[in-house]
Amino acid sequence: MALPDRGSAIATAPTRGEQLKQVVLYPVDWLEERSGLAGGIKYFLFRKVPRDTSWFHTLGSATLTAFLVQAITGVVLAFYYKPDPDSAYQSIQFITNDLTLGWLVRGMHKWGASVFIILMFLHMARVFLFGAYKYPRELNWIIGVLLLATGMLEGFTGYLLPWDQTAYWATVVGINLNGTAPVIGPFLAQFLSGGSEISADALTKFYSLHMLVIPGALIGLILLHLYLVVRLGVSSPPWSDEAAGRDRAEPPPPKGGRRGLTQPKPRGANGE
Amino acid sequence: MTDHDQPHLPPPSLWPLGFAIGIACVLTGIVVSTIVAVVGAVIALVFGFLWIRDVTRPVRTPATEVEPESREEYAAITPAEEEGPAEYPRSTFLSVATLGLGGLIGGLITLPVLGFAVIPSFEDQGDDEVVLGPIDAFPEGEFVIATYLEDPDIGEVTRRTMYIRNNGLTEEGVPSFTLLFSRCVHLGCPVQANGLLDEEGAKTVGPNDTRLIPVLVTGFGCPCHGGQYDTEGNRTAGPPVRALDRATFSIRDGNLVLGEFFSVAEVVGAGARAQIYKYGRMTPGVHVDGPSAWLYPIEVPQ
Repeated sequence: MALPDRGSAIATAPTRGEQLKQVVLYPVDWLEERSGLAGGIKYFLFRKVPRDTSWFHTLGSATLTAFLVQAITGVVLAFYYKPDPDSAYQSIQFITNDLTLGWLVRGMHKWGASVFIILMFLHMARVFLFGAYKYPRELNWIIGVLLLATGMLEGFTGYLLPWDQTAYWATVVGINLNGTAPVIGPFLAQFLSGGSEISADALTKFYSLHMLVIPGALIGLILLHLYLVVRLGVSSPPWSDEAAGRDRAEPPPPKGGRRGLTQPKPRGANGE
Repeated sequence: MTDHDQPHLPPPSLWPLGFAIGIACVLTGIVVSTIVAVVGAVIALVFGFLWIRDVTRPVRTPATEVEPESREEYAAITPAEEEGPAEYPRSTFLSVATLGLGGLIGGLITLPVLGFAVIPSFEDQGDDEVVLGPIDAFPEGEFVIATYLEDPDIGEVTRRTMYIRNNGLTEEGVPSFTLLFSRCVHLGCPVQANGLLDEEGAKTVGPNDTRLIPVLVTGFGCPCHGGQYDTEGNRTAGPPVRALDRATFSIRDGNLVLGEFFSVAEVVGAGARAQIYKYGRMTPGVHVDGPSAWLYPIEVPQ
C-alpha cells in the first residue's frame, strides 16, 4: 500500500473512499507486518476447491459449528452449574426454571450434543461414500475416527452431570460396560466411579473430564484435522472429471463478487 | 507427474478373506464350542501369515543398488566420514541432553500428578464399619430390605441397598444371615424385590441411617435389562453372568455389622445350608469362573 507521494506537487488529494480504505487497512498491515497473521488467515480461508463441490462438502464445517455451539453454551452453563452431589440437581433446576434464558442455553447444549454426533456421522458418511478417505487422506480419516470417539466420550461424561435418576443409572451401566473390557476393564470402571460404587468424587471427576480433558483433546484433534484439510485440499466428488487440488484451467468470470477477495489476483497485478 | 499422484493400492489378494473367516470362527467358537474357536484361530493364523507375507513382499525383496548422488558442494563442507572416529559433535550432545533433561523433569512432575489422579480410586474402599441394626430387627426366614449410608459424613450419594435374610442357626449353632447386594451383576442397576413390601413395618435404626422394610420375596428383578434372580441370588433369566454379589457379616453388641463384599458364581442349596461358590469382588458383567474369567486375571484392589 503506497502512501501519497509528499514530494510531488501535483499529487491529487486522496478521495474519501481511498482515505477510508487506508484507515481500515492500516491496522491490518500493522498486524501483518509483525505476525503474518493476515496472510495466514487468507491462506487458510481463500483456498482453491474443486469446481463441483456441493452442499455435501459443508457437513464438516457444520460439525465444527456444532462443536463451537457446544463449547460456548458449555462455558456459559459452567457459570451456574455446581458439580457437587448435594447441589448439582438443584443447580440444573435453577438454570432451567429460574435464570433468564437458562432453558434456552441448556436446551441448546443438550440437543446440540445430539446434533454434533449426528453431523459427525453424516460427515463421515459423505467422506466414505465420496471415497475422500483414500490416498493421501487416510491419516485425516484416522484423526476423524479419533474425533468421533472423543465426541462420544463427551456425550458419556456429560450425561452424568444433570445428576438425576436417568443420569446416575445410565452412567452406572456405562461404567460397568467399560468394566467388561478384558484385563484393564475392572480397573477402568473403578477409576471412573472413584471406588467400587459411584462415589462422591465421580461427579467432579466426570465434570473435569467433560469440561477440560476431553474438550482439550477435541480441540487439538480438530486443529490437526483442519491442518490436513488445508494441506491436502478438498477432494472432488466421485462423478467429477476434475482431479483433486488442481488449479482451475480458467477462472470463471466473477459474478458480482469483489475481485481479489473471491478470486485469486493475477500474478504481478498486486497494486503495481 | 510425480509418483504421489498415483494411489498406492496393494495388489488384489484372497488371503484377507480367509483371515476374516478365521476370525469369525473364533468369535462364533467362543460362544458355541471351543473346537470351532481353535480351528478358527488356526485358520486366522495361517491366512494372516500368508497375508502379511503377501503384503510385505515388495519390502522384503532386496533393494536395487542405486548409485549414490554425488554432491560436490556438500562433500566440500562436510569432511569425509570414511575414516576417523565416529562423529559426536557438541550440538548433538546438547540436543540429547536437553531432550533427556526435559523428559526427566516432565516425568518427575507428571508421575505424582498421575498417581494422585488414579490411586485414590483404588485404596481405602469401604473401610468404615457399617452397622445395619440390632439382630432382633431381622425376623427369621424373611427378607428385609436394608438401605443404609455407607459413609454418613459424605451423605446420600453413598446410600446402598442390601437384601438381608436371617437364616436362624446353622447345624453348628452359629447365627446365619444371607446378605445379597442389590447391584445387578449384569451392568450394575439396582435389582428390586419381587414381592409385597410391608411399608407399615418399616423402621429406621442404627448410626448408618439404616431403613429396614420387611418384604415377602419370590425373587429379585432388575428394571434395566430384565435380569431375574431367585431368593438365593442365582440367575433365573435374563443377561446376568453370575449370581448376585453377597457380603460377609459379623455380630457385635447384638448388632448386625456389614463385612466384605464378594462375588458369587453359583449358590447350591438354600439358607443356612447353602453352598456358596465364592470369589473376590468383581465388576458387574464379568464372569468369575469358567474360561471367560481368564480375560480378567488381575483382581482390582479394594
